[in-house]
Amino acid sequence: MNVKEEEFISQYSAAVSKKKLIKEKLIKYFFMINSLAAIFLILSIFIFLLYESYRAFEQIGIGEFIGKEISTPGGTAKTIYQWYPTSEEPRYSIISLLVGSLLTALPATLISALFGIAVGIYLSEIASSRSREILKPVIEIFAGIPTVVIGFIMLAIGATVFNDLFHPPNRLNAFLASIGLSIICIPIVASLTEEALRSVPNELRMASYSLGANKWQTIKNVILPAAISGLSAAIILGFGRAVGETMIVLMASGNAAELTFNIFRSMRSMTATIAAEMGEVSFESNHYYALFVIGMVLFVSTFILNLIAELILNKMRKKLRS
Amino acid sequence: MKEVKIKINNLSVYFNYIQALNDVSIELYANRVTSIIGPSGCGKTSLLRTINRMNDLMHGFRLTGEVLIDGVNIYEPEIDVVNLRKLVGMIFQKSNLFPKSVYENLAFAPMLHGIKDKKEIEEIVERTAIQAGVWNEIKDRLNENALNFSAGQQQRICIARALTVEPDILLMDEPATALDPVSTARIEELIFELKRKYTIVVVTHNMQQAARISDYTAFFYLGHLVEYDKTTRIFTNPANKQTEDYVTGRFG
Amino acid sequence: MSDIKDKLGMKSKQLGGIAAIGSIKSLTLIIFLVLFLILGKIFVEGIEVINWDFLIDSPRNNMTEGGIGPAIFGTIAVSILMLLFAVPIGVFSAIYLNEYATDNLLTRLIRASVNNLAGTPSIVIGLFGFGFFILVVGKSIDHILQTGLLFGQPAMLWASATLAVLILPTIIVTTLEALNSIPYSQRAAAYGLGATKWQTIKYVVIPQAKPGILTGVILSLSRGTGEIAPILFLGCAFFLPELPIAQINMGLFSIPMINPTDQFMHLAYHIFILATQSTNPALTMPIQYGTTLILIMITLLLNLAAIIYRYKFRKTLEITGKG
Repeated sequence: MNVKEEEFISQYSAAVSKKKLIKEKLIKYFFMINSLAAIFLILSIFIFLLYESYRAFEQIGIGEFIGKEISTPGGTAKTIYQWYPTSEEPRYSIISLLVGSLLTALPATLISALFGIAVGIYLSEIASSRSREILKPVIEIFAGIPTVVIGFIMLAIGATVFNDLFHPPNRLNAFLASIGLSIICIPIVASLTEEALRSVPNELRMASYSLGANKWQTIKNVILPAAISGLSAAIILGFGRAVGETMIVLMASGNAAELTFNIFRSMRSMTATIAAEMGEVSFESNHYYALFVIGMVLFVSTFILNLIAELILNKMRKKLRS
Repeated sequence: MKEVKIKINNLSVYFNYIQALNDVSIELYANRVTSIIGPSGCGKTSLLRTINRMNDLMHGFRLTGEVLIDGVNIYEPEIDVVNLRKLVGMIFQKSNLFPKSVYENLAFAPMLHGIKDKKEIEEIVERTAIQAGVWNEIKDRLNENALNFSAGQQQRICIARALTVEPDILLMDEPATALDPVSTARIEELIFELKRKYTIVVVTHNMQQAARISDYTAFFYLGHLVEYDKTTRIFTNPANKQTEDYVTGRFG
Repeated sequence: MSDIKDKLGMKSKQLGGIAAIGSIKSLTLIIFLVLFLILGKIFVEGIEVINWDFLIDSPRNNMTEGGIGPAIFGTIAVSILMLLFAVPIGVFSAIYLNEYATDNLLTRLIRASVNNLAGTPSIVIGLFGFGFFILVVGKSIDHILQTGLLFGQPAMLWASATLAVLILPTIIVTTLEALNSIPYSQRAAAYGLGATKWQTIKYVVIPQAKPGILTGVILSLSRGTGEIAPILFLGCAFFLPELPIAQINMGLFSIPMINPTDQFMHLAYHIFILATQSTNPALTMPIQYGTTLILIMITLLLNLAAIIYRYKFRKTLEITGKG
């Protein structure tokens, strides 16, 4: 190899690697810009809700979103909690909607905790590996049923069945909606429970059996306590899902904007209110801004629920690692 | 006179289609330490887990032959596994304390088996912890999470926990492999102490350890019992060439 | 000797345990039964009305007759547009997070944002889509392009973009999982042969992760197809006389294309409207069941496909892992 050739090669390869280097860098930045989309979206959602809510507070007043004080003919003032933005005297109490959301989400959470944890225990501790392999995808498929379908079933079948059974004052009510909600929450709680139980090291099961515990004693005294944080996270996430769900409540709850604590009455949730009214509201009206306040409350509450669940899970992962 | 505690006749163990033990017959003596040695996959752990029927939990487990404890075949249908496991305690390779307090770990089995009197449970906790030589280290920290203790302490708490069911027999599956030399020495001393009361079967990888702690040693190879004799004889003058090769470190 | 036999033979009390395990089994059984009953009912009722005409016809006679052709078309069109928005951004994000990013504040923020986006209620995303995509982005486009009121109104384009926001976290998370499951040894082999990072990603990582990525895409497609809440007020129409198609003039030919600035019909919306606002429920009930069956079949088949794909993906991984 003569000197000229060597020089040529080194020059050439230097050029190539420099070109390559720039290309590699550009590709990296291209991917990075894409990954900023998630931050951009979550930030803009937050800022957007905040901005529109601010406009609402500015034009309507924060107090109005709690309740409205009206004077009765007797001369005494009375606070009413009602969501009725289209009346002559618009009322913007989010309290009634919040209660409505809880009235459907809390029973749904209880039901799905009971069934979901049972299914999770069954899948993780009791089922043979063969039936687990079949049932887990089935659970996943159930989780994929569109919520509008559950809402439809509640209307088409559920309402009639419950009407005949309980004779509720309203045909469509919070209880019906919460049954519908639990159908979508059970698969969530079940798969998260199963995951939490399977992350309990097998050595602990062995220890328990070697001390003469039977299967149920092992589950109750060793596995469930060890996975307790995972279970609570599962329930919290199920609750968050129930609070944030729209279609089922919209279709099955009857949508009465009255404040009620009776689970067999018609009511209205925060999500259903947005869904029902956003299409008809005129742009930049007070009503329009008020809907964003509901959105803000929803966003913040699910954000907090997810955060709590995430913190609990992180703690559990650390504990199980040590 | 030595008394036979565990008698195994023509035992073969299978997991699905894999045979883990092949026609093993052996007598293990009361108040003696017996070491089971042999290269990995020779069936040591399978044998151990046959004695307290932990293998029942494994997928595809099957056995032929008999396992007699004090003359009773523990695989007879009327035998209750829970009672058997109270009779036969087990210590695992890695300490597997529950992520609860030390007290709760030691009280686990007594409470499980129906002791309600708090005084009685406290008594059991103290007695077993003293037996396992760990009482002084834990007595002021009983309510602390058991996982906060050192690995050696944890393993001794495991031994105490196994004693809480008041067993006759202690099975130990490589109880000191995961420990440092000082902790290992303490476990070995403990085994020496415990054999006065219990029949002890130890699976170990460590030949020196087998030589130090055991009265009898059984050498297994590929599911067969190759040789079983007094430990001194196995390590000084084994009858079988394979045994000699293994204990002198020529293979394994 | 008989003493020990008595001790071992005495059955310990296990009744409580048997009862507890029995109730866990029955609760599980109840759930699966209820779900299968629901699916069975939909199938039995729905299959009655489904035939070729039902799949392609438009609704007639105030929704009491005819088919759901336009709704099927609209659903497919919206879903395709949604994937066009979400898949590139989602997959590229995951590639950055898994292959390039180190664990620093930025990546932790990105991951937290993805988690939060996944947990945000779909109706809030719809609210954002309405306010941001239509009123901010759409109106600005109209203003700049002088198109009058074309983009600044509810339309398929913005519905798909909003659904894309909804499914973005699913795509990112599943793609991350797929990339993460490719063993490092595979990358090391490529580096060892002198490949650059991008070459390694392009020729080694992505081809191997492809089935896993596809699993995520199918799953999110299924999710986006069934979700209607966020697009209720983003251009869904109860009834449209014509399909949202525009003829694009290419000199001699004109090619029909999906017109993203049009309104559209949607299977899920169709079910919702028929179930809640039908003036004659008895007459529309068969159509409701039929539409529900079609929607369920689409989402369940997609889910099933995803599960099968993932199963295959894991099998191949086991082989590379061993080899």
